[in-house]
Amino acid sequence: MKPKIFPQQKQLIPLFCGIITIAGLLLSSCNSHSSGGQGAISAQEAAQQVYVAPGQYDEFYAFMSGGYNGQVSVYGLPSGRLFKIIPVFSQNPENGYGYSEETKPLLMTSYGFIPWDDAHHPELSQTDGIPDGRWLFINANNTPRVARIDLKTFETVETIEIPNSAGNHSSPFVTENTEYVVAGTRFSVPIPQKDVPIASYKQNFGGVLSFIKVAPSGDMDLAFQVMMPGFDYDLAHAGKGKSKDWVFFTCYNSEEAHTLLEVNASQRDKDFVAAINWKKAEEYVQQGKYHEFPGTYYDNRFDTSTQTAHSYVHQGVKVLIPSECPGLVYFIPAPKSPHGVDVDPSGNYIVANGKLSADLSVFSFDKIQQAIQQKQFDGEVNGIPVLKFDAVLAGIVKSGGLGPLHTEFDDKGNAYTTFFISSEVVKWKLGTWQVEDRQPTFYSPGHLMIPGGDSRKPWGKYLVALNKITKDRYLPTGPELCQSAQLFDISGDKMKLLLDFPTVGEPHYAQAIPASILMPRSDKIYQLASNHNPYVTRTEKDAKVVRKGKRVDVYMTEIRSHFVPDNIEGIYLGDTVYFHVTNLEQDWDAAHGFAVEGNRENAELLLMPGQTKTLKWVPVRVGVFPFYCTDFCSALHQEMQGYVRVSSPNDNVALTWSTGKE
Amino acid sequence: MKKKLNTLLFLIVGLWFIGCHSSNPASQQATENVTAPAASASTANPLDDKGIGPVQSVQLGAIQPELAKKGETIFNEKCTACHRIDSRYIGPALKGVTRRQAPEWIMNMILNPDVMIQQDPIAKQLVGESNGAVMANLHLSEDEARALLEYLRSVDDSSSSK
Ligand SMILES: [Cu+2]
Repeated sequence: MKPKIFPQQKQLIPLFCGIITIAGLLLSSCNSHSSGGQGAISAQEAAQQVYVAPGQYDEFYAFMSGGYNGQVSVYGLPSGRLFKIIPVFSQNPENGYGYSEETKPLLMTSYGFIPWDDAHHPELSQTDGIPDGRWLFINANNTPRVARIDLKTFETVETIEIPNSAGNHSSPFVTENTEYVVAGTRFSVPIPQKDVPIASYKQNFGGVLSFIKVAPSGDMDLAFQVMMPGFDYDLAHAGKGKSKDWVFFTCYNSEEAHTLLEVNASQRDKDFVAAINWKKAEEYVQQGKYHEFPGTYYDNRFDTSTQTAHSYVHQGVKVLIPSECPGLVYFIPAPKSPHGVDVDPSGNYIVANGKLSADLSVFSFDKIQQAIQQKQFDGEVNGIPVLKFDAVLAGIVKSGGLGPLHTEFDDKGNAYTTFFISSEVVKWKLGTWQVEDRQPTFYSPGHLMIPGGDSRKPWGKYLVALNKITKDRYLPTGPELCQSAQLFDISGDKMKLLLDFPTVGEPHYAQAIPASILMPRSDKIYQLASNHNPYVTRTEKDAKVVRKGKRVDVYMTEIRSHFVPDNIEGIYLGDTVYFHVTNLEQDWDAAHGFAVEGNRENAELLLMPGQTKTLKWVPVRVGVFPFYCTDFCSALHQEMQGYVRVSSPNDNVALTWSTGKE
Repeated sequence: MKKKLNTLLFLIVGLWFIGCHSSNPASQQATENVTAPAASASTANPLDDKGIGPVQSVQLGAIQPELAKKGETIFNEKCTACHRIDSRYIGPALKGVTRRQAPEWIMNMILNPDVMIQQDPIAKQLVGESNGAVMANLHLSEDEARALLEYLRSVDDSSSSK
């Protein structure tokens, strides 16, 4: 705990320390911490605010996107403790997700099995504009997909592919009652895809914004798409309250450049926010004013009753063309290359941050409606009216910062914006547009998050900045460093930095919800009685081994601390063995694992109480191979093991299985 | 198992609490280590031990065949992973158990095994005899546990009449 000067630390404020001499001595120096700026508080105070005593729970669950690990990591707030990783678009050897036969279909796409993606924006389901703790949605950027995680189990239960889309970035943001999840394309591409010169961009490329309908059960269906000009659609947020029928998307590259975008897509002074009336879109779809476009896409659903995912392949999608649908889309001019688009809790203010501009532009929903009625247009693009900038502007925040990206809100009428280039969070007041406070971050924050901070009811106690760069901030680990999150207390007038914690992957965005909403919904076990997996083995006497040609199905059970069967003979080289393992336990946290030697393509299985999972195993050698439980399940965990004998096809070994026969 | 504690932080904050606050907001989860009843398993009458759990007293009458039948089904589905009637398997043979143990003890062992194997002297001894194989909590209802008791009584009743 030596004093350390960080590159962006502006000054060392003389710190109030004295009264607690013991704690002060233990810390060796009161100047040893690194929270620069005027919001600095003593390390002791900060530690006390984030310390969660043994056996106590964190107040909030924070879900952070995994970025390029394709997962979601779950942290407690205020402690910053990582306590779960939920695999979504990537295989996870820890629990066999994407390796077990039951979960492999969740990673199926029209391109085939894709066990990786780049996941950017977690989004909690909402009721009346407030996070309700039912589901978490997240996008796959690379092979366009949207996933749904059930928060009863923290497991991925659906992935749906988005056709005609590329770089699924402005996704997945929900409408006020989770009627729709939107998924806008970052990259414009030929629609439908075809082999054309890239130089024909302006003639052949388009950008689609997709609307996924969410059923009360949670099941997702691609309802329709809106065909937009060939811009890059970057982020989105749905309206709320008075603006609940609308969704707003930022776009850049209104120049429709296709090479060297850092120069060629920065020509114009303004780009756009696209405002789409989804209620109008529904009407147009009902009136049949859509075009049927081709497009093959997968919808993969995990059925909790059978504990198995299935892939459903769909063809074709309904597409609305704005020029044929008056009142469906309007463009709002926004400062050059806007990134985030954020709607305040009242639903009236829409903040669009031009990342190449120092100022924040805030638009008024009331003024937008008025401008539409009075036809205050500044021309049109592809039949989409462009609203007059001055007619819809509510105010400009003269921030003095560089590179504004994302804004969230507290419950006291304040907004907080990250500034990527000047590495800070700026707090400003809605209505007065005055800056109230600013705090440095370490370094280059992208999104920030306040629990419920994009909803109608923020829990404005904490703010988390998600930083892209961490050099000098943690112990060095070679050239590659972790990313970092920083927790601020925002309950007072000034933001106070409380904690840094390293994160997994490159988290882009996060959502958080009070633990008290999630905890009563949590499932403790899977009821064995309602396990309808076709390969379930409910009792030990039902365990068996069945051969059909070269396929062998092992119906196996696990309970502390043995397998049935634990000795299997009569398997031959050239067979494909399916271990269908059922965990018979009905007690919380009584998990068992299953792994077998020489398993080339798959991982282990990790089975929660009452679950059935299947591991495919193709033996490649003759011999006797052990299998064992991978999760330390009881005092006799090490005794939880068995053997499979693999014979040459020339031999004559009967198919037998047993447990407990000497 | 997988829990780690930042000892230094704990130490600092712990001292801070002691130094500045009169009340220590430590865990409410900390369970008192309840001392086992004074009688040891070997000296007291095992039938006096009602065990620890939700069942305070059970009224036994003549064996109810319907209930025993229901208990047999539950036994075959849920208990045979570890128990046999006539022979030791993972756990003890269950023939004669209704003569060895009080009916309340049997039901509490079914319904509350986690606490029983930690605190009840007979249950602790049985875990030792089973080489550390613990009784799994199957989260049965009290009715299901009562049915199992009836089945075990019927087994012991028929074996005594033979
Ligand atoms: Cu195990």
